[in-house]
Amino acid sequence: MGEKAILVEWPERIDETVLEDVLRFRHIIREKYGNACELVPAYHSLLVIFRKLSDTDKEIKILRSLYPERKHKSLKRRLWYIPVCYEAGFGLDTDTLISEKGLTAETLISLHTGAEYTVYAIGFLPGFMYLGGLDPGLYAPRREEPRLKVPKGAVGIGGKQTGIYPQESPGGWNIIGNSPIPLFDVSAKKPCRIRVGDKVKFFPVRKAEYDLIAIETATGVYKIKKEEWHD
Amino acid sequence: MIKIRKPGFFTTVQDTGRTGYRDNGVPVSGAMDMFSAVLANRLLDNRDKAAVLEIAMTGPVLEFSEPTHIVMTGAAMHADVNGTAIPHNRVVKIKPGDILSFGKVEKGIRTYIGVKGGIKTKKVLHSRSYFVPVTESGRVAVEQTMEYSAFEGDIENLIEIKIDNDFLFEQEVRVYPGPEFGLLSAEDQDRLEQGSFTVSAQNNRMAYQLEERLSPNEFGIITSATLPGTVQLTPSGKLIVLMRDCQTTGGYPRILQFSERSISVLAQKRAGEEIKLNILR
Repeated sequence: MGEKAILVEWPERIDETVLEDVLRFRHIIREKYGNACELVPAYHSLLVIFRKLSDTDKEIKILRSLYPERKHKSLKRRLWYIPVCYEAGFGLDTDTLISEKGLTAETLISLHTGAEYTVYAIGFLPGFMYLGGLDPGLYAPRREEPRLKVPKGAVGIGGKQTGIYPQESPGGWNIIGNSPIPLFDVSAKKPCRIRVGDKVKFFPVRKAEYDLIAIETATGVYKIKKEEWHD
Repeated sequence: MIKIRKPGFFTTVQDTGRTGYRDNGVPVSGAMDMFSAVLANRLLDNRDKAAVLEIAMTGPVLEFSEPTHIVMTGAAMHADVNGTAIPHNRVVKIKPGDILSFGKVEKGIRTYIGVKGGIKTKKVLHSRSYFVPVTESGRVAVEQTMEYSAFEGDIENLIEIKIDNDFLFEQEVRVYPGPEFGLLSAEDQDRLEQGSFTVSAQNNRMAYQLEERLSPNEFGIITSATLPGTVQLTPSGKLIVLMRDCQTTGGYPRILQFSERSISVLAQKRAGEEIKLNILR
């Protein structure tokens, strides 16, 4: 792709096994190349951006020869528990959504917090995660008129995906809640701790708890609950 | 330090960009016309990645408080130090209290000011390139000050260097077929190759839209990585050339990819100007 990048693609499917293969291959390339290249994984593709790329055909050959090695890689898996307040002031589109779907606010919350989501890509905004695994009962097309300002922390549904706006931004997703957890922090060593391939679960918090977590994250006291394992 | 007496239309601090965070969704940013920014640094014997000022359309008024050398590259914009015109692509000596002002732009839209040793604003994620919300400011503001190291030596044009940057102001841009080029009908491929394309008023550091359209289509793709210089095709047939501050992933087909040099060429175009695509196969 252009003069400095090579795009590696897998079969065109939104599928966790495809994503895992992408991530295993990323691991191998990272080991081999270190900081000589930057890697952008997403769903069924991996963009390898080289600092210097003089012989594309040669690098493609090397990448092909490295690919079989991915099988021996075990992936570090992580599950993050993210608090979300679904109360009225935050769920800007909740009323519209539940009346269109014939749901109650309680079922919306239980469907949204019931699923375990996979981070298929991070893009659009710094720290914006594309989360797959939404309950089909919550699929909802993007708003016809995107909002000019979606608040920071807003939790939304766009088509078959859900996600959190890490900053205030224009956006067309249906907003059902807000999370007090900062997903992108430039002052941290790792500005975005959650990575492609990680899992995310939401849990509901009341407004008072939301406010408390917001204070605790601002002062660095709050620790996001997570589980880690190797597969 | 440099004091901003007037900010100009859109003046930013830029370097070669913020690499290493694209998998966090952080745009790479950096000078729109990287050729001219790097040229400014090389003329000053700086490292390529030293930070420079990127000036668009209407220049700022800058006051320097320490001795240094500067160089102006990029768009052909009139500029003077204390009222005396300064040349392009030539090192100029600056004394404490000197005031650099800009006038009309004759050719191109983005001018770069390099400073000996580079501008020393705060680095965020290893880069000084402005990009909100990674950096606090998105453009320089009146009364703002920025540091640089005083330089007393003499690097004044010891040898005459002939700079050929005419390519920046030409119509031709060199592009490669993008990953989804093959989705296009033969007719649309021809249109890309034969036609000329007009830069729309929708152009900024994130993207340049083109006015002429290809056929409406239903080619969505699964979200995948994008780069500065990637040309996206929307369902209505609109062509969007992503620029330095572009998002790192997208769901529109990537039909072309600009060469590095051609990103600089496009960065010097304004609304209404035409480009012709030379597709390298």
